[in-house]
Amino acid sequence: MERIPVLKMGKCLLVTIQVDLQDQMAVQLQDDLAVKISTSGATGVLIDISSLEIVDSFIGRMLISISGIAGVLGATTVVVGMQPAVAITLVELGLSLEGVRTALNVERGMTLLRRADGGDFEC
Amino acid sequence: MPNRHAVLLFVVSTRNPMKPVNTAFDNVLKAAPEAFLKSWIEEVVHSGEGSSGANAKLAQNEARELLNALQDAVRNDADLTQFGGDAWSKTRAVLAELSQSRAAQGASAGETSYFVMALKKPLFAGLQQLISTDPQQVFDTVWAASTLVDKMAQWTATTYQRSREQVIKRQQQELLELSTPVVKLWEGVLAAPMIGTLDSSRTQLVMESLLQRIVETGAELAIIDITGVPTVDTLVAQHLLKTVTAIRLMGADCIISGIRPQIAQTIVHLGIDLQGITTKATLADALSLAMKRSGWIVSRAQAQG
Repeated sequence: MERIPVLKMGKCLLVTIQVDLQDQMAVQLQDDLAVKISTSGATGVLIDISSLEIVDSFIGRMLISISGIAGVLGATTVVVGMQPAVAITLVELGLSLEGVRTALNVERGMTLLRRADGGDFEC
Repeated sequence: MPNRHAVLLFVVSTRNPMKPVNTAFDNVLKAAPEAFLKSWIEEVVHSGEGSSGANAKLAQNEARELLNALQDAVRNDADLTQFGGDAWSKTRAVLAELSQSRAAQGASAGETSYFVMALKKPLFAGLQQLISTDPQQVFDTVWAASTLVDKMAQWTATTYQRSREQVIKRQQQELLELSTPVVKLWEGVLAAPMIGTLDSSRTQLVMESLLQRIVETGAELAIIDITGVPTVDTLVAQHLLKTVTAIRLMGADCIISGIRPQIAQTIVHLGIDLQGITTKATLADALSLAMKRSGWIVSRAQAQG
């Protein structure tokens, strides 16, 4: 089965979703991230969904739960690059992703993570 | 041999008899075309439904064109009861053109269809002169003529209405596009001044264009100005909330400005919870907040004396 790669850059984990996200892959990603955060001691997770064009309520809830899991393990999650159509769909589905941080692009996302970690953040 | 074959074909095609009704029609139409046209136009003018003096010339041209098309169809032995058929396509095209030009000139549906209906008078008069013996044939011919003209008038009215609807649709679309601009106010600050009542299709359009511009410009802040929105009820508030949520999901922030005193009262009385959305009274206040957030300081170049 295809897996979404989780890249480690300093104290930050980088996830880029470039394929249509299947439910099974999403669950797998959630597991992988949980393990990776606890083993690497990362303090920030950046999920780039700029290539994601189709979302459903499951993917929306997955983003919320990933953010929650990372929070419990002491890492800040930021979702970057959401497409307008995806944002509209999520709003129509009634998912406002409470508690998930968002940024326009990877650069802004990194700035946000750096600020959240109190300055001593190396990527 | 090939020559003889061709001659034979020619003879057969000329001798192919028309339907009796078509023959009668053809005779009426070709007997005295000018008198026919004159009687037709007179009937239109006389009824009071017709065009004014300036358009009389135009009406005559249109009538002549329609008459030619009708004559062609009758000669080609088109079935008079099947106005929807291929044989009548030219006549239909002429009628469609006629009703479109009438619709553009602002003529009413009644005037337009009566122009075609008036064809009955000269047509019946002509038929009366030609046939007299067999009552059954007279009845058949008159019935066919009446049905044909009715169908032509019906087709004209339908096309007329369709072209009017197209005009309305185009205007609606233009109005929709006109009233939803997204402007850049400052580095990284976009503004969408909303004018008119907010319904779901308007909100959708504004949301889409605003989000698209956020992606294009990388703006961090969007200001939605509702000075031009006459009333805010729970539905409008819900639309606004959706837009704000979508903007936040994209990773930008949103300020709502232009809330008039009456609207502020309405919002509080209705118990609408704006869920921690930043709101300001005027667009100027919103802009100054936006600049403060992004670290801009505005000062006068010189102290005013």
